[in-house]
Amino acid sequence: MPISAEPLEAMPATAKLSWQERFDVKWLVVGVCVVFVVFLAAVPLFFLLWQSFFTPQTSAKAAEFTLQNYVTAYGSSETLKLFFNSVQFAIGTSVFAFTLGTFLAWLNERTNTPFKALFFALSIIPLIIPGILFTVAWILLGSPKIGIVNLLLQSWFGTDYVFFNVYSMWGMIWVDGLHYSPMAFLLMTAAFRSMDPSLEESAMMSGASMFQIVTRITLKLVMPAIFATVLILFVRSIESFEVPALLGLPVGIQVFTSSIYQAIHQYPSQIGLASSYAVTLLLITTIGVYYQSKLSNQGSKYSTMTGKGFRPRAIDLGPWRWVAAGFCICYFLLIVAAPFLVLLWSSFQKFYSVPSMAALQNLTLDPYRFILSYPTLTKSVVNSLLLSIGSATIIMLVTSVICWIVVKTKTPGRWLLDNIASLPMVFPGLVLGLSIMIFYLNFDIGIYGTIWIMFIAYITRFLPYGLRYNTTTMLQIHKELEESAAMSGASWFTMFRRIILPLMKPGLVAGWIYIVIVSIRELSTSILLYSPGTEVVSIVIWELWENGQYVELSALGVMFILALFFLVLLAQAMGKKFGVKEE
Amino acid sequence: MLKVTALFTEYPNDRGQIVKAAQDVTFEVPEGKLFALLGPSGCGKTTTLRSIAGLEKPRSGEIAVDDRVVYSSAKNIFIAPNKRTFGMVFQSYAIWPHMDVFQNAAFPLEVGTKKFSKKEIREKVMRVLTAVDLEHLADREATKLSGGQQQRLALARALVMEPALLLLDEPLSNLDAKLRERMRFELKRLQRELKITTVYVTHDQSEALALSHQIAVMSDGRIMQIGSPRDIYERPRNKFVADFVGTTNFLEAQITSVEAESGRYVVESPIGKLAASSADVLRIGDKVVLSLRPEDVELAEQAYEGPNAFLGIVDAKVFLGEHVEFQVKVGDRILLAKAHPSLRTVPGEKIYIHINANKCVAIPDTSAQ
Repeated sequence: MPISAEPLEAMPATAKLSWQERFDVKWLVVGVCVVFVVFLAAVPLFFLLWQSFFTPQTSAKAAEFTLQNYVTAYGSSETLKLFFNSVQFAIGTSVFAFTLGTFLAWLNERTNTPFKALFFALSIIPLIIPGILFTVAWILLGSPKIGIVNLLLQSWFGTDYVFFNVYSMWGMIWVDGLHYSPMAFLLMTAAFRSMDPSLEESAMMSGASMFQIVTRITLKLVMPAIFATVLILFVRSIESFEVPALLGLPVGIQVFTSSIYQAIHQYPSQIGLASSYAVTLLLITTIGVYYQSKLSNQGSKYSTMTGKGFRPRAIDLGPWRWVAAGFCICYFLLIVAAPFLVLLWSSFQKFYSVPSMAALQNLTLDPYRFILSYPTLTKSVVNSLLLSIGSATIIMLVTSVICWIVVKTKTPGRWLLDNIASLPMVFPGLVLGLSIMIFYLNFDIGIYGTIWIMFIAYITRFLPYGLRYNTTTMLQIHKELEESAAMSGASWFTMFRRIILPLMKPGLVAGWIYIVIVSIRELSTSILLYSPGTEVVSIVIWELWENGQYVELSALGVMFILALFFLVLLAQAMGKKFGVKEE
Repeated sequence: MLKVTALFTEYPNDRGQIVKAAQDVTFEVPEGKLFALLGPSGCGKTTTLRSIAGLEKPRSGEIAVDDRVVYSSAKNIFIAPNKRTFGMVFQSYAIWPHMDVFQNAAFPLEVGTKKFSKKEIREKVMRVLTAVDLEHLADREATKLSGGQQQRLALARALVMEPALLLLDEPLSNLDAKLRERMRFELKRLQRELKITTVYVTHDQSEALALSHQIAVMSDGRIMQIGSPRDIYERPRNKFVADFVGTTNFLEAQITSVEAESGRYVVESPIGKLAASSADVLRIGDKVVLSLRPEDVELAEQAYEGPNAFLGIVDAKVFLGEHVEFQVKVGDRILLAKAHPSLRTVPGEKIYIHINANKCVAIPDTSAQ
């Protein structure tokens, strides 16, 4: 029988109860969590909008209303170019990543390609190679002057022709597309898997050919997933910062993210102008995320999980399967082996030089010595660990309460709470950093320039991940499990602590590990908020790059990747129990 | 002991329409008795139970156990479920998977307002586990229990705090048929031994008939009839109860004469003149519905003497082992009858029917008004 009357709703005061009996810890916990989430997620957005219409507040002059920011931002023909560049970059990246990822997903799920074990690496690569290191590695591989790919090809063909220039729009698309292709692979694998194989088999029994099945059944069924995947890739690439900053800026190819960064970092910094760029970017990502979530909801209508334990018959590629395997190996080289090896090579050099027999004689551990005695290293490692572990813990606990409200109660307005907590999802990291910066510049409560502002930024940024992990688990907890605790005489707080939290443990641990891993690599938000003393590891990498200390950067990068690798292995080992996965 | 008075509950469903879940529900359960709320899904029986538990807040009414009012809209009282000390067994059993058998059963003693020492908890839990025959499994993980064992553990957990009232929400519906029958006897034995006042929600009429001292049949949020199992089955007061509890034949009829002393009536029905009985006071000319249980439609190959005897033709028959079901055509009506398997009349042949006037129940026909 469907029951939806308000469960355990507010109890009217009775004269017989003292105020202590009437007061329930529940309302305190719930209230604090709601205020916390609303404050984190909604307030910065408001200040970002406000700032984009006002002049910067100074000690001499109060903020005044102005449209100048938008006039400057949109008055020039540069902006059209900016918009065009951003969209070109995002479309190029998402299409490239999607095509690559989908093809690999199809090979893995539906064909008898050998060496499928390589695909396992794909599920963890995005977690262990941070964007900035991937970009730096590809500069070392593909720069016109020192890039190994060019030098190799040039010496083979004996010319000076630059075969591959990473400092170009196509170079940017290539690097970012490669970086996001594992995400496409994972999303499309999920889409292929969730499809009921009997739908294809019944088409086969109806006499359809392989081509007809693929075009008229398979593709039609995964269509919503295709659109959703392309959209999320588009959003991710339009908000990506490392590639445009490292590859685009040196040659004057600007996109929104790099323009925001530049507007802040010029003197005097143009916060208003940055805000108006940020508002535009936010608008684009919001539209993208909105349609993506709409499509994902629709997708569930198409993909009918039967839960039957069989996989569709793999298509026999015949001799072509060796070509497919070759393709996979090449891909593996491009995305894992080459970037890591080039960093490894570089990390053993005194000055960066291209691999050669001569350079082989000069191997040294100097970069590692330098890094280990680097003054800010210890501090930054401690900061990174504190920030990631602290924010992961807070996020998982707060979102568990939020999820409880959203999933388990009939509180009016709970959908709004859900949406507000998911709001940071649409914020590109740079835009979030900017909003938080503006807010704490205007409301000086003494945390600007401290590690606390970064702590707040991290919690805000990764809140939606915690929400998603916890929602999945919360939905699986039967309502009667908590009702029976109430019938046993447990108070709300006891029930939450002794029943709900233990039952959510798998999801809590998985989400916690995931947030620790992604927040330890965070760059684009931190870059606007750090100050001397509050650097995190990715900021140290960024600084080394700015200083041109490539070999030292490589040494730090290699250690960073290895550390992340062990962290992910640990997570995978626990994942057998808890199910950690790339989102 | 438990007194529910004029309970009304309404809530909006997903489409914003108001569902009337409980309408003027009033009943009383005496100390130590088992009271069943019986009805089809959506009739409001679970809502009523959950209102007693405090898991749902009714719109108005009053619920009291002995002299303790746990809910009253007039006095603005609502005691939270965790302060009511009622034991409850849920349909899904709600066994906490992260605790073992002992921990599950000990939980109510650990979290309640009354504090117990470790030793007391141990004693109480073992005693209740022994009562449900689970003491040898105390250290087992709760998820490793079979369905029947989980059900018994849920019962133990509800009983361990010696509740004032035991609430059971379709406790047997998740068990397979054989186990359900066994657990039904177990449950009855336990309830009768402990003499604990119990409210039992079920949609299964045979469960309600087998277990209860009293049954309330509900439909569309209202109680249709309250009575002992025999009352409900043999003297249904309206068409819904007659139809929902057991199987029955309905015949529309009209009262033609009244025998005031015996409470007997003579009615004119589509199959002819019939002597019937009724718990209601009826007058000549009243429209009624006759309810004839198939087992009360007696069949024979020889003609019966006296009134309430008819001649029919066997239309179809189904052999079910312990009995045979006959569909007998009388006039243009078909009556369902249960007979002993020794009756071997084949379809198309004549058969004689007799109906005991006591078993022919006349119910006022409310649909005609």
